[in-house]
Amino acid sequence: MRVLVCLKQILDPDVPARDFQIDPDARAARRGGANLVTNIFCENAVETALQFREAAGGDVKITALCYGESSAEDCLRKAMAMTVDEACLVERDGSTNPDAAAVGRVLAAAIRRLEQDGGPFDAVLVGRESGDWGVGQTGGVLAEELVRPALGFVESLQPGDGSVTLRRQTDVGIEVAEAEPPFLVTITNNEDNVPRIPKTRDVMMSYRKPLQKLNLADLELDSEEIRAGSSIFEVEEIFIPADEVECEMAEGDTLEERVDQLATRIHEVVASIG
Amino acid sequence: MANVAVCVLGSLGYDRAAQGAAGAGRALAESVGGELHALVIGPAGDDAVAALASVADRVVVGANEALRDYQPEQALQAAEQLHAAGGGDYVAVLLSNDTYSQEIAPRLAHRLGGSSMADAAAIRMDGDHLLAQRTAYGGKAISIYRLKKQPAVVWLRARGFEPAPERQSAGEVTSVDLALDAPRIRITGREVAEQEGVRLEDAQIIVSGGRGLGGPEPFQELKRLADSIGAEQGASRAACDAGWVPPNWQVGQTGKKVAPELYIAIAISGASQHLLGMGDSKVVAAINTDADAPIFKHCSFGIVEDYKAVVPLLTEKLQAIAR
Repeated sequence: MRVLVCLKQILDPDVPARDFQIDPDARAARRGGANLVTNIFCENAVETALQFREAAGGDVKITALCYGESSAEDCLRKAMAMTVDEACLVERDGSTNPDAAAVGRVLAAAIRRLEQDGGPFDAVLVGRESGDWGVGQTGGVLAEELVRPALGFVESLQPGDGSVTLRRQTDVGIEVAEAEPPFLVTITNNEDNVPRIPKTRDVMMSYRKPLQKLNLADLELDSEEIRAGSSIFEVEEIFIPADEVECEMAEGDTLEERVDQLATRIHEVVASIG
Repeated sequence: MANVAVCVLGSLGYDRAAQGAAGAGRALAESVGGELHALVIGPAGDDAVAALASVADRVVVGANEALRDYQPEQALQAAEQLHAAGGGDYVAVLLSNDTYSQEIAPRLAHRLGGSSMADAAAIRMDGDHLLAQRTAYGGKAISIYRLKKQPAVVWLRARGFEPAPERQSAGEVTSVDLALDAPRIRITGREVAEQEGVRLEDAQIIVSGGRGLGGPEPFQELKRLADSIGAEQGASRAACDAGWVPPNWQVGQTGKKVAPELYIAIAISGASQHLLGMGDSKVVAAINTDADAPIFKHCSFGIVEDYKAVVPLLTEKLQAIAR
């Protein structure tokens, strides 16, 4: 079997709010001192794929794919250090914040190219959303571009008899589904797909693994529309909200007094609800 | 003629989310001088259909029995065909924020040749384009997106919108039979997580615990507090990721977006991703040992103490008041 995992490189989302700034011209966050990291849900997707390979007894080849700048090679190397088998970087040209339509078309074209060379991918895994813009549209758009069935918010894949058993989170609980390959899933996090820390030896080995580089021309997508990356949506405006409020701290000489004050305030609100 | 459609799952009925989506739809329809249509995926109860007809100019129900049991591929096919059955001339198709609507929206947009957007907290038309406001960078920023193709297929932070007003005369209801293929991904099992009381999204009072609790046991202590004021329990991502409580307790960017009258954050520092999930709360109270924790910049009142000292005492006092 072949499994493909899509990765996105983003600004470290854990930058504290006080260090966060907007670049009004770029209509995006200023990089400042922030690191570039792999989007966490994409790393959850890598981990989920690795666990699927382990459960399937090893006969699964995992490829990581990224549409990004040359710096995104780091994300792919890290994925290979986590023991993904091979990687492909489609070097981004044009907008630094392409919309889901542009990203979906590029990823779909790259997937078809990789399938031409190495056979079909049974499963395509995409993070449910990114930690920067968080629009969460890429998986759905990619499923449509590839004309494959899809399921969102999946937390695990288990090999079955000719099919794959998917387990996913909904807003009211858990659903289990049977999927006939080829299919696409978006991956969410749970306590079991926390990304593994690569072993030193695997980090060394990752530099020996194949990393293919493609550009838009290689994929016959060298068009102004793809480079502009805003055929369906674009950021019109971005700003930092000024929503800080004054907090009234419980005061008093003893803990008893302070908690008493807190209880009174809580009771006032509760009583007003009725 | 340009209309607006609100697309709802029949199995979910006309819940608060659907009411909000319809309310947003009515406001948008009025702004373009068009009608509001409700497209219903799957059989719905008579009450839900009547409620939709009381707020929409037209209701189109895809009543195939097969749609009673949600399957993503079939729901998508249904939405696409309902869009056509309703006339197809929509500037926007609005959905709620349940899991199913979230996964359908971008794919439906693609099939209709439109633009998609997620988790919009405010929408309006600007010429032919829809502008959608939402959070970005884990809640640290607000972004406004221009959706350049029609229809704009948008799932909304639906409970944040006023419910649609009732009309004087009920809209026309039609039922259509749709052509559905056998799905290649089939949902075969559903485990509804054990949940006492109401859904977190609909809760009036929520008591949430975070990383600072250090383990699963303190959530029992928080439960006693919650019970004393009729609250539901929530948690931060850190607490859910650690497996202390089930994932469906998670409030935050990738969890529930809640809007209670009172939100009590206990041992939660207030990372922007968490604030994003509870930012619509009317009153926020916080208990935290760190006076500089970001949560204190987003709450009405708080106490800088260890929860271990505060919670039992607080519960006792609230129980006493209740008696």
